[in-house]
Amino acid sequence: MPSALVEKALQGDKLSLTRLLTEVEAETPKGIQALDLIYSHTGKAHKIGITGAPGSGKSTLVAALVKELRRLPDKPRIAVIAVDPTSPFSGGALLGDRVRMLQIQHDPDVFIRSMATRGALGGLSDRTEAFTQVFDAAGYDYVLIETVGAGQSEIDVVNLAHTVIVVDTPDMGDDIQAIKAGILEIADLLVVNKADRPGVEGSVRNLQNMVNAGHGKDLNLHHHRFLTEKNQEKLEHIDAEDHWFPPVLKTVATENIGIAELAEKILEHGKFLKGHGLWELKTELAMHEIVARNLRLGLYRRWLEDADKTKLQAIMNDLLEKRISPNQAVKALMAL
Amino acid sequence: MSEKKIRILIAKPGLDGHDRGAKVIARALRDDGMEVIYTGLRQTPEMIAEAALQEDVDAVGLSILSGAHNALVPQVIEKLRANGQNNVFVFLGGIIPEADIPHLLEAGVTKVYGPGTNTQTVCADIHQAIDNE
Ligand SMILES: Nc1nc2c(ncn2[C@@H]2O[C@H](COP(=O)(O)OP(=O)(O)OP(=O)(O)O)[C@@H](O)[C@H]2O)c(=O)[nH]1
Ligand SMILES: [Mg+2]
Repeated sequence: MPSALVEKALQGDKLSLTRLLTEVEAETPKGIQALDLIYSHTGKAHKIGITGAPGSGKSTLVAALVKELRRLPDKPRIAVIAVDPTSPFSGGALLGDRVRMLQIQHDPDVFIRSMATRGALGGLSDRTEAFTQVFDAAGYDYVLIETVGAGQSEIDVVNLAHTVIVVDTPDMGDDIQAIKAGILEIADLLVVNKADRPGVEGSVRNLQNMVNAGHGKDLNLHHHRFLTEKNQEKLEHIDAEDHWFPPVLKTVATENIGIAELAEKILEHGKFLKGHGLWELKTELAMHEIVARNLRLGLYRRWLEDADKTKLQAIMNDLLEKRISPNQAVKALMAL
Repeated sequence: MSEKKIRILIAKPGLDGHDRGAKVIARALRDDGMEVIYTGLRQTPEMIAEAALQEDVDAVGLSILSGAHNALVPQVIEKLRANGQNNVFVFLGGIIPEADIPHLLEAGVTKVYGPGTNTQTVCADIHQAIDNE
């Protein structure tokens, strides 16, 4: 079924694009249908995640990076998705990342959209991935995703981005190293931003040591079970040559220092992924993540609809009165 | 399907350098459950309209203390409409002489607030405007 909104959005009409994003975010029937319509147009965009502690300079870095990427010979179109947390108390959110991105918002080929997490805990919103699909289909060559200021568990971006940039700063102190180990594992590029501050060399050395000690990236994928044969094989034959060593870079985002090098490394990483069959593998893993999640939800809903409610309650009673264990309850529930 | 959240852009057009009032209202709106896109100081009408478009907001809140409201506000509204955002409500806060208000309302402003306005009043007005749309 064709949709005027989708068609116009894909043709570059900003008003349609922005409304489409709203429909997708609210999961309206229109928004859900739009995702079906655009899917065949996706697959070209390079998705780049930017994560790191609150205030480390992610937004400033994104703006500088966008300016740099826009200077590439092919003048790529760039979308930015900036995620900030929803307040658990009010359900509202203060989305402030744009304040640092003012210099790039005049550019007609740059589109910045702020997004609240709306209860999701992984540093993104549940709809962030869908947004990347919309931008991808609408012809944006790069999609930059700024996560909420992350500690260690907010790492959903790894399932979504081809390239993950972890931003650190010199003044974080040694006591936070423990946090870094977790987040380091998801980094393709490590950036020590605010390199105009004292202690930079120490931070760089620390990160370098951690990378060398093997805290680096690992395609930690053993839980994936139904990949295509081709990627399954690739996964089983990942060797040393396929290992990307995350470089540690220094930047001063406020002064555009080190940004050209960062952009270069991003392109290099993209090429590396493609050259090693890893782009395709990552794409499938990302898809797998989405399909598995939606399948889980869908099966659960269907099961709940179909289940005999009286029997269901009887089983829950048995569980609460300790006649059966949670495991036994699940077995019984699955047999309903 | 998730519930529809009110999205509002808070901006400070013009050259005056205080955004304390804008930040206070931004927080109050967040605490009321809205998604508030804060864009900071020294915004041109073009910048405000472009941000409002990309964020697909329901409303724009402008804070102006410099006295330039008669020039700036109609420009913002004109740019919003030129982008096709015909249903975006515009609220204005700041030091606005009584005599200027009729002209601003005529230009398309929904409500004008003076210093010390109760933030609950503002929240209620925004809800009323958007819910009755
Ligand atoms: N000295 C210095 N300050 C910087 C640099 N980069 C960013 N900043 C400043 O650091 C502060 C935070 O920058 P943001 O870009 O908002 O940081 P963020 O990581 O996006 O913050 P959240 O989104 O709130 O987590 C701002 O005041 C920036 O101007 C830098 O390289 N050097
Ligand atoms: Mg930020």
